[in-house]
Amino acid sequence: MSLDRRHFIGLGAAVTAGAVLAPGLRLIELVQARSPEESASVLRRWGLLIDTALCTDCEVCVTACHEENGVSGHGRPATDAQWIRKVGLRDKRTGHAQTLPLMCQHCAHPPCVDVCPTGASFKRADGIVLVDKHTCIGCRYCVMACPYGARSFIHETVTGQKPDVPRGKGTVESCTLCVHRIDRDEQPACVEACARDGGKAMMFGDLGENDGELRERLRRQPSSQLRPELALDTGVRYQGL
Amino acid sequence: MMGLLAVLLTAAGVALAGDKQPARVALPVIKIEKGEKCVEPTAEMRRNHMNLISHQRDRTVHDGIRTVKHSLKNCVDCHASPKTNSVLGKDGFCESCHAYAAVRMDCFECHSSAPRKAASAPLAERRAP
Amino acid sequence: MTTIHYREIAGRSAGFLALLGLLGALVAAGLGAAWYMEHNGHYVTGMSNQIVWGLPHVFAVFLIVAASGALNVASIASVFGREAYQPLARLSGLLSITLLAGGLSVLVLDLGRPDRLIVAMTQYNFKSIFAWNIFLYTGFFAIVAVYLWMMFERRMNEYTKPAGVVAFFWRLILTTGTGSIFGFLVAREAYDTALYAPLFIIMSFSFGLAIFLLVLMAACGGAGRPLGDVVVQRLKNLLGVFVAAVMYFVLIHHLTNLYLAQRHDFERFILLDGGIYTLLFWLGQVIIGGILPLALLIHPVWGRSRRALAAAAVCVIVGGLAQLYVIIIGGQAYPLVIFPGKEVTSSFFDGAVVAYAPSLPEVALGAGGVALALALTVIALKVLPFLPRSLADDDRAAGGLHEPSIHLRRA
Repeated sequence: MSLDRRHFIGLGAAVTAGAVLAPGLRLIELVQARSPEESASVLRRWGLLIDTALCTDCEVCVTACHEENGVSGHGRPATDAQWIRKVGLRDKRTGHAQTLPLMCQHCAHPPCVDVCPTGASFKRADGIVLVDKHTCIGCRYCVMACPYGARSFIHETVTGQKPDVPRGKGTVESCTLCVHRIDRDEQPACVEACARDGGKAMMFGDLGENDGELRERLRRQPSSQLRPELALDTGVRYQGL
Repeated sequence: MMGLLAVLLTAAGVALAGDKQPARVALPVIKIEKGEKCVEPTAEMRRNHMNLISHQRDRTVHDGIRTVKHSLKNCVDCHASPKTNSVLGKDGFCESCHAYAAVRMDCFECHSSAPRKAASAPLAERRAP
Repeated sequence: MTTIHYREIAGRSAGFLALLGLLGALVAAGLGAAWYMEHNGHYVTGMSNQIVWGLPHVFAVFLIVAASGALNVASIASVFGREAYQPLARLSGLLSITLLAGGLSVLVLDLGRPDRLIVAMTQYNFKSIFAWNIFLYTGFFAIVAVYLWMMFERRMNEYTKPAGVVAFFWRLILTTGTGSIFGFLVAREAYDTALYAPLFIIMSFSFGLAIFLLVLMAACGGAGRPLGDVVVQRLKNLLGVFVAAVMYFVLIHHLTNLYLAQRHDFERFILLDGGIYTLLFWLGQVIIGGILPLALLIHPVWGRSRRALAAAAVCVIVGGLAQLYVIIIGGQAYPLVIFPGKEVTSSFFDGAVVAYAPSLPEVALGAGGVALALALTVIALKVLPFLPRSLADDDRAAGGLHEPSIHLRRA
């Protein structure tokens, strides 16, 4: 079948239009809820924004996280796991004091992922840094490597785990950004608790979403990463530091 | 291979149980108390459940794919004994068979052996008085 | 060229059996400690979430580093063609294998999930220098085994040199990898420097040779084999060079850090007010590990004495353990600097120097690893001809050595 020039141009335009629009159509689909059969996508990058000016002396985020994830203490602060902690700062020169929550920063270039010998420490497609407990051998090299001290090693037998959050002796763990909640389109427990009972200092969202609330706020207001000189491109950003 | 051996031993044990002699090793207690049937045929489950779980876990952990059919949480929700609220213990669904077949299972070092209650409700609703 | 005669040690004396018994008991204690730690979880040790690598790792890294350096003597013989060292090459190869086995056993038994060793050996993240090290360590066993076979089997002797060259480069890469385990860590003030790779290489030369010297003197003494001064003098001079080189690297590391304002707090911690770490640095690493052995080795009178040489080797080992304690544990005890210029407090020990005290299971595990290395060496010496029948000076005259012009005093 031979095409004359007019038909050829028309066909070319149609194909090009289709090629241009098709990814856009796909994108609109993904911005809505992810179904269980779909895998996590690189089109999203989950992150947190924490406004330290609004952060009070409460510990609601810590309590909520540990309750949600079944992280219980044993009265041994040196070896008990902590997924999130409140840090108190006081400037040595000026005396200015503030407080903020510190958890896994979900870096885009995580040192913990680089050093893990078995690949158990990994970054999911949507930016969440996790430990695959099935492969973790408990060598603790990632604990040495984390610039934020975010990781904990489980020093004792664990019982009474939450069904959504498996954890066990001899492996390493850290904040999962409540991945089991995110996959159900909910917010991390700390963010929800802060919004309900705390200073409303924490915001969760998609750093990759062009017109998303989080991205807009980051564009309009100043924010910073912790240890920015390491160039890790963290998913957790802070204001007021 | 191990699964096949387990099946053979179980079959032999069940057959022998018809005799008056007591079994040397306690036979597995297989009580199905919930649901009409499993997500896969019984014979396939006996042989292959470990492969299904292993495959699913990589998809869930690394890709975030949380289909329910082969999810371990789903298995536990159904198979946990209503009395003990667990798949472990002397007559637990998983443990009694594994003890009989002498195959060590690692799963419940980390995974909860109890079924979910009011499954996956958001924190706020769960805290409601 | 004189043919060197090797022979197994007799290994029937009461002393030999007592030694094996003692080593066996220490190995058993180490295994028991490992079971206790694995069964209860690591909370029974002195390690914590802030100090995740403790005394077992100090011993393990020491043994692994020394293992690489113990092969030095064989390399000098095979790769650099110095025939004077040839009779020592078999023992050198043996020690490198047994020390590595001892070190790795401690490392593996301390894992949170040692039952997953198969996972560690089959699933690799090749961006991790640790993964590379696992590969390099297991390869090292195979390569040195082949190297030893070339030395033992007369028909394969012509291949000793190529095998030796492969082993030489393999262990340079291996030790670079071990040093880089720390050098690649950007998180901590104590690490994050390219200097760790060459530092570990020169540390391996020093520690490996010190252990080799002690084992050689003990084996020859225990088995009644003559050990001439010519051999001992060469090894002594070599050890002196290596000790000095280690001190140079340590000096450069700290001098550079002192030049950088951001490292001043860390240097103050190590050099001045770090408590046990400051003590171990100055007394353990610098004085006992550096100045004292150097003095013993180069002194015109003391340097001639066997006893002084043995003492110097022991000092090097003690100093090496102190150095690794400061590097590994001191590096973790010093807090992460997440908020420069701020005083930091938290429930997770941010901003504070963390306390650590080794627990009994950790000491037992580390000692068990050392005992395993020595036990394997002793058993191998009895089973196969690793040790020459004689290393006396006159037996080596035809080997092309320079005879010393003055008669050396044997203490």
